[in-house]
Amino acid sequence: MIAQHFPILIVVLPLLASPLALLLRRSEAAWLLSLAVSWLLPFIALSLVRQTAGGEVISYAVGGWPPPIGIEYRIDSLSAFVMLLVSGVSALVVTFARSSVADEIPASRRAGFYAAYMVGLAGLLGMAASGDAFNIFVFMEISSLSSYVLIAIGRDRRALSASYRYLIMGTIGATFYVLGIGLLYAMTGTLNLADLAERLPAVENTRPVLAAFGFIVVGLSLKLALFPLHVWLPNAYAYAPSTASAFLASTATKVAIYLLLRFIFSVFGIDFSFKAVPLEPILLALSIGAILVASLVAMFQQNVKRMLAYSSIAQIGFITLGIAIANMDGMTGAIVHLFNHAVIKGALFLLVGCVVFRLHSAQLEDMAGIGTKMPVTMTAFAICGLAMVGAPGTAGFISKWFLAVGAADQGRWWLVGLMMVGSLLTLVYMARVLEIAFFRPPSPRLEKVTEAPLQLLLPALALSAATIWFGIDTTGSAGFAQQAAAALLGLPPGGQ
Amino acid sequence: MPDYASLVIAAPLIPLVGAALIALLHRVPNLREAASLVTAALLAFVVLQLLAGVLDGARPAVSLIEVLPGVGLAFSVEPLGMLFATIAGLLWLVNTLYSIGYMRGNAEKRQTVFYVCFALALASTMGIAFSGNLFTLFIFYELLTLTTVPLVTHKANEEAVRAGRVYLGILMGSSVLLFLSAIIWTYVAAGTVDFRDGGILAGVLAGLPLAALLALFAWGIGKAALMPLHAWLPAAMVAPTPVSALLHAVAVVKAGVFCIVKVIVYIFGIDLLAATVEAQWLVYVAGTSVVLASLIAMRQDNLKRRLAYSTISQLSYVVMAAAMFSPLAILGAAMHIAAHAFGKITLFFVAGSIYTAAHKTQVSELAGIGRRMPWTMGAFAIGTFSMIGLPLTVGFLSKWYMLQAAVQETQIFVLAVLFLSTILNAAYFIPILYIAFLRRPPDGAPPESHGEAPWPIVVALCITAAGAVLLFFYPDVPLALTESVAQSGGGAGFPPPDSAN
Repeated sequence: MIAQHFPILIVVLPLLASPLALLLRRSEAAWLLSLAVSWLLPFIALSLVRQTAGGEVISYAVGGWPPPIGIEYRIDSLSAFVMLLVSGVSALVVTFARSSVADEIPASRRAGFYAAYMVGLAGLLGMAASGDAFNIFVFMEISSLSSYVLIAIGRDRRALSASYRYLIMGTIGATFYVLGIGLLYAMTGTLNLADLAERLPAVENTRPVLAAFGFIVVGLSLKLALFPLHVWLPNAYAYAPSTASAFLASTATKVAIYLLLRFIFSVFGIDFSFKAVPLEPILLALSIGAILVASLVAMFQQNVKRMLAYSSIAQIGFITLGIAIANMDGMTGAIVHLFNHAVIKGALFLLVGCVVFRLHSAQLEDMAGIGTKMPVTMTAFAICGLAMVGAPGTAGFISKWFLAVGAADQGRWWLVGLMMVGSLLTLVYMARVLEIAFFRPPSPRLEKVTEAPLQLLLPALALSAATIWFGIDTTGSAGFAQQAAAALLGLPPGGQ
Repeated sequence: MPDYASLVIAAPLIPLVGAALIALLHRVPNLREAASLVTAALLAFVVLQLLAGVLDGARPAVSLIEVLPGVGLAFSVEPLGMLFATIAGLLWLVNTLYSIGYMRGNAEKRQTVFYVCFALALASTMGIAFSGNLFTLFIFYELLTLTTVPLVTHKANEEAVRAGRVYLGILMGSSVLLFLSAIIWTYVAAGTVDFRDGGILAGVLAGLPLAALLALFAWGIGKAALMPLHAWLPAAMVAPTPVSALLHAVAVVKAGVFCIVKVIVYIFGIDLLAATVEAQWLVYVAGTSVVLASLIAMRQDNLKRRLAYSTISQLSYVVMAAAMFSPLAILGAAMHIAAHAFGKITLFFVAGSIYTAAHKTQVSELAGIGRRMPWTMGAFAIGTFSMIGLPLTVGFLSKWYMLQAAVQETQIFVLAVLFLSTILNAAYFIPILYIAFLRRPPDGAPPESHGEAPWPIVVALCITAAGAVLLFFYPDVPLALTESVAQSGGGAGFPPPDSAN
């Protein structure tokens, strides 16, 4: 039966679509193919989510070779959740892509763009599906290589240096990661994550294992842009084509966070990670640094996309903060914010994509008075901005509620206060954009500007609506995050 | 018997749908205004239906969806919320009439945005009034802030944008930093954020932490404009006058003090607070706020700013009364919410009427205007008397209850504040009447040709002024509501209902 092969299909389908897109050569055809594949994947992911919802784990032996000899794809509720997130956001982003790509990328490279996009998607889904440390490394490289292309493919020449910087940093991150798993292999003789988790306790107080932990955590932190390892991110998001920015911002760092969770909690185990290694104070300090510093920097950006990029670094700080809190509510907050931030930031980047489509600029000064010309887009931007702040009734509130309750449960009221300060800083930079958009007199260059075509606007509005939806009906997000958090912490479903 | 549960949902939904309708009709001003009026009338009807039910003892409650563990979107109607919703709902109808006269009379721009945001603000107000727990309350509280920002910045000039920044900054800042922290603290401590008779914190928190939580609520609910978090209210006066009238004299600011009273009664519980010595500080802070704001009001020449500082002072009356933590004091606080609403909206209506007819904004320019605009200034006199608390106006009643409560609790400080502030109120209101009716225009000033403002404005301000008088003679409905509020906090020391008159 085909459903048996879903764990591999969800990776292989986009991987196969990629060379096909390149062979089709015509950008329209490549887009249609990508669209079809992209809309198929969320349904596969949904089916995986359903299968794993009760706490079951799907083990799929690639090529029929049973683990630990062959590569195992191992899907539990958390990985299925991440795959649903990645494929779902991606489906909307690809829908958005057609006009935006046609506008921002030279005709000769468009098919290549879709090919790279499909590879990147396959890489991200593979990282979530795979239960094999080395296989994860391969997918990590696949997705990274594709991101370098996605960033640099546009007309903006600044993207070239941004992409190059990302390439250097990304390679260092991947190298650290592979060094770490190399050490683990030397100590345990296995690369299968489940096997690793079983064999590590016997050798856990040895120096190589400690070194491996360090390499892996630092490598993944580079990938997920944990402050201060974030320097590759702002320019990469700012100068990439709109479609690529939206896709990368909402998915790439999230999958890296997923891997961090996987290694800290499932492979090394919470006892090792938090007792043998001083992970908690380090993660806590860096998360707070991310929230405060990145938010402050965001306030002074002149380019909206760059501002959103710094905002991403700050929000990633919120997620890692939840990991550092490491109790039921904190972890739920981290996982649900992983989800909510992807939705909100994806929506914001798509909305900015609409603006860029009309303005051909993401500079704030060029956006003066655009609120009267593109009222729907900018109202949606305001709503998503408020969701980012954590206004009640939006998805952002749900995440921050769990995070704050998690910190309060531990009696760390100062941390709750810091989170609230972080939210207010978010309000400042979001309100700054809205003030310019709505209250500055429109510049003459805005004269002919109207709302973006529906093909761009509708996917952006759909994601914006999702930010409200997941602020009210949280069974699909927070409910799920709670299950996943309980599983990671080794608690019975429902926690405590 | 009507289906009260659906009516509760309908209350915030009607203005919401109305807002959409108004937006759709933006090309046809007459129909758009008709839509505003119909929406307001429908809401008033629904609110009155609910009021009848609540007076019969009904307590409709609706739970919609669980959003967070143990915390959901829930509405429940209790007497205090009913009182607030009735005031806001009825005055909105009057205010809509007034708005039409004002916005047309002054040829304001972007009127559609104005009416849409106004309706949305009322939807949020209804949500606040009927919220069944702190989470639901917080959603609508923030929504009310957000939907009123475009109204404050309506003029879109430099001054309006700066005011918008202050407004959003203080209201959002205090709510996120303090109010939300307080809600989370309540949740972590009590395991619930529902409003319940007698409160949810008894046996959970005591002493200094309880007093600290009270502080987080008192200042976190920035809409109550407790000093020093009051600066947003004078800033908001750049808005068109109907906004200042309904929102910044009734809906928004009353939402603030309403939330504080509601939290004191249904989250803390009066008995718990009365037994906590550390929580006594609130009386002194609020009392100081009453006097200081009055002193500042005396120095304002701009009429709307003077009214704004008067509002700050009057809001602190409510907080001060509630902070005596006795049933009678709660009754006084709740009555004052109603009393101040009718008086202050009248005064703002008058300010707008003067601006529309004579284009004047400063007190010192009003010499002799009472003769040109007798209806307007007559209503102003009534509003003023109600503010001071003179008999024959409803302002007397609420002050009377507060006095009684202060005597009963032997709160010398409150007695002193009430005494002092009554003098101060008279000191900054009576001169306006003197200037308007008795002072002659300065020699050499160009002769004035204006008469009264357009009729919708005059009708509206006469209705609210009449309300302030009628409520003195027929206070049964608000009294019945406020009495059952006071009783849900704890029963001791409650006098028979008629001992006031």
